[in-house]
Amino acid sequence: MKFGVVVFPGSNCDRDMQDALQNDLNQEVIMLWHKDKDLSMFTKDDCIVLPGGFSYGDYLRCGAISRFSPMMQSVIEFANKGGKVLGVCNGFQVLCESHLLPGVLLRNANQQFICKNVHLIGVGADRPLKIPIAHGEGRYYADDATLDKLEANNQVIYRYCNEQGEITPQANCNGAARNIAGICNEARNVFGMMPHPERATSEALGNTDGRIILQSLIMGVNAVVTEKAALVNF
Amino acid sequence: MTYTVQVKVMPLKELLDPQGKAVMGGLQNLGLGNIQDVRVGKNITLQVEANTPDQAKAIAEEASKKLLANPVMEYFELSIS
Repeated sequence: MKFGVVVFPGSNCDRDMQDALQNDLNQEVIMLWHKDKDLSMFTKDDCIVLPGGFSYGDYLRCGAISRFSPMMQSVIEFANKGGKVLGVCNGFQVLCESHLLPGVLLRNANQQFICKNVHLIGVGADRPLKIPIAHGEGRYYADDATLDKLEANNQVIYRYCNEQGEITPQANCNGAARNIAGICNEARNVFGMMPHPERATSEALGNTDGRIILQSLIMGVNAVVTEKAALVNF
Repeated sequence: MTYTVQVKVMPLKELLDPQGKAVMGGLQNLGLGNIQDVRVGKNITLQVEANTPDQAKAIAEEASKKLLANPVMEYFELSIS
């Protein structure tokens, strides 16, 4: 399995993602420039990653302009053919703007850029995972019909929870609808999440919970949705 | 002929607008307590080459639908001069 990490003007987590995948998870990584279009070296079993950052300066809306970059045209095509795509933070925003995932990321409810460790429950997690977030616009929003559909199809892959794994309003750091931190599409090949698993894959950084996410989400290791995350009702 | 089209993009009425809330707090600190609510959007000015005002408006509408506004979170209004 190979990974392609797209570099937009303004991406700033692209090298973190490369380092996490290459050095901590021993995966082959190819960096992809936003002006290129060629994804012919990737097959359906590979994964394209849209990293965090402020692509195109977050102008207009986060992710809105990236959607029209040459590389994104190829990524959309790749995703529609069943290729795996992961968007983290700004990458999640790009996926929503590209209509590969439903909904949108709004400005945080508390009006602040939040940079801290939070806890998540979801895919591959048999306990709350400690993962850093760093965003100003991370409040997931979609209308109730869309949210109901996401839950019915089990497409909510991560929710914000407290240290004990309880999904509470207090644990909902940015005010996201139904504590949603990450979702996938109906076909389960496109994943988006606001928290940064790539910032938590190295023992040197004192936290390797991000490995569990990258491994279970993308590499198919223990890819189970825990009952707690799947069955929660609001 | 070149028409000027103003696109007003606003957050949907049912959505919380944290930016508006922050501005509102500032206005209240100024002592302008009569202001009951603030919502912040953006105004985008387009210079559109078209034969008729209607055509210019149609082009601006397409631009707004495809890029300038995201209907999941925003609505837009056009005015032409």
